[in-house]
Amino acid sequence: MSNIKSYEQRLQDFDWNHAKEILGWQEGELLNIGHMCSDRICAKGHADKTALIWEGFGDATAQYTFNDLRVLSNGFAKLLRDQGVEPGDRVCLFMDKVPALYVSFLGVLKMGGVAQPLFSAFGDDSLEVRLASAETKAILTTQKHVKKVRKILDKLPALKTIIVVEGNPAKLKDGELFYDMTENRVEDFECFQSGPETQSVLHYTSGTTGQPKGAQHVHSSVWGQALTASWVLDLHDDDIYWCTADPGWVTGTSYGIIGPWALGVTQCVLDSGFTTARWYKFMQDNRVTVWYSAPTAIRSLMRDGDELVKQHDLSALRHLCSVGEPLNAEAVVWSEKVFGKAFLDTFWQTETGAMMITNYPGMKIKPGSMGKPFPGITAAVLDLKTNEPVDEPGTVGLIAFRPGWPSMFREYRNQHDVYRSKFVGAADDATPEQCRTNTDLWYVSGDRASIDADGYFWFVGRDDDVINTGGHLVGPFEIESALIEHEAIAEAAVVGKPDEVNMEVVKAFVTLHKGFEFDDMLELSVMNFIRKSLSPLAMPQEIEVMEKLPKTRSGKILRRYLRSIEWGEDAGDLSTLEDD
Amino acid sequence: MDEMKEEVLEYVIEEYVDEDDDEEVGYDTALISSGIVDSFSMVSLKVFLEKKYKISLPDSEATPEAFDTVNSICDLVVKHQG
Repeated sequence: MSNIKSYEQRLQDFDWNHAKEILGWQEGELLNIGHMCSDRICAKGHADKTALIWEGFGDATAQYTFNDLRVLSNGFAKLLRDQGVEPGDRVCLFMDKVPALYVSFLGVLKMGGVAQPLFSAFGDDSLEVRLASAETKAILTTQKHVKKVRKILDKLPALKTIIVVEGNPAKLKDGELFYDMTENRVEDFECFQSGPETQSVLHYTSGTTGQPKGAQHVHSSVWGQALTASWVLDLHDDDIYWCTADPGWVTGTSYGIIGPWALGVTQCVLDSGFTTARWYKFMQDNRVTVWYSAPTAIRSLMRDGDELVKQHDLSALRHLCSVGEPLNAEAVVWSEKVFGKAFLDTFWQTETGAMMITNYPGMKIKPGSMGKPFPGITAAVLDLKTNEPVDEPGTVGLIAFRPGWPSMFREYRNQHDVYRSKFVGAADDATPEQCRTNTDLWYVSGDRASIDADGYFWFVGRDDDVINTGGHLVGPFEIESALIEHEAIAEAAVVGKPDEVNMEVVKAFVTLHKGFEFDDMLELSVMNFIRKSLSPLAMPQEIEVMEKLPKTRSGKILRRYLRSIEWGEDAGDLSTLEDD
Repeated sequence: MDEMKEEVLEYVIEEYVDEDDDEEVGYDTALISSGIVDSFSMVSLKVFLEKKYKISLPDSEATPEAFDTVNSICDLVVKHQG
């Protein structure tokens, strides 16, 4: 029997307090995610239960119990406090998916800090923008990645503490502290007395304009994350759960740390990049039962054929879910054929903090559909012109939600105007709190969809210029700004182009400075320039040189026009296009 | 083939290995499965090979396994040079 039992019934009697019931949480208990994912699980009698099964490159393996999580995260919490980090300070976690990442995340929260995980493949420019915006006080990283921090350190006056948690201590520079978590088991640490609105996690997300925005979450997000992990991921006490996402992105924290560990579930982590054979072997060896992955990975597995699947014993798998971008119908059908189970698509975003529109165990799956709103979530598609909910099945509009769910982001850090702009109907002077508590407003996600006659949502695409590549959102402005830092490039416009595996990849249109000739080596030089300064995800996979970029008469580059060419779509009204 | 191996190795070291890294990278050093080249960055390595050697590598063959060592990369390139 699935945890949700009946979706229809849950709609009838829904209350967010169901989350407290499934966790056995009583009013007056400490609401601190770090505590709830470790100390609290131990106190419930599961101290010796395996919390984390980890495998890395080569033959590296490790296992940790919930008691290990408890004492090792205490160690991080104490370390940070001893280093002068105060409650409310942002602490960046910048490392690969090593065990210290998961444990330190809990430690930061336990001492009242705000965990700011960043994708370890970010280059120094991407890192600098996010650390500067957050005024990050401390960073936990590894020898492999600390070099990027050193390059930008003099531009980050707020950054006072650099802690290296893995590597060779002899390679550290002055002012850097080495910390081996396994040598610092701290039995007792008094957790910060956080409450529902205490800041917890800060995730940066890309937009169409400007630099990435910091979506601020709070400790009460755990209610949404735990309940969806229970009802959608269907996590049971005896499961071995694998979330393939990196905690540098929101899926990796909401469902790669908080949801499963708040429920006391054992999870696995594989930190060795993507290879089909290794993934299947990992699932086979660890008897993975619940698997939460991404369409790009699923399509890559599909591409590598059925034979490899047959060579592995994946009989323990009982439940599969997907997130990050729309899961195409072919992938759903394929997973049913080879795994005997369909991947259930889930839709949500950094700002929502938890799943919003999903498919459920026991509910009829329509391959290619996003599913239906989670109980307690009021979702609609809004008319593209009037912003009113559309009633006609099949009509495309903006996906929108009534505010008020627990895991909703509380602000874009220091950008209240941008936060307000996400709410249709918000007064010009509305504060973030007024926006997120006004259930007459609509929070607009930035994606388009339609709803069919049975109430299933069908994803159509983004409503803006943000590029979704392999489930990661990248902002065109950030890439364009970096491109013109290259000596050869005068102007740049970046759009997404269709890709069979990644849904979209980055394509750049550029004009060159005089004296530069475009050839293969220059193209490669530009690609590597972006890969190193921003990230491999932001790297254009195609660069097209133009005599001039299409602009409006006021000089604004018309990305929409370039995108429409790539997608073979109607460019719409081009009356503002600058004449040749 | 030896010249190609040298060129590919030089490119890998230049683009993916930091100056102060401890690792000695050779023709048989694991690149992807050891984390020297992250799997997201394989795309730029593929573009380099295609442009340098005027070939087209199908995505189905440009796998992390095929890109894992300089030797296996060069085998793949030679196969597609026809």
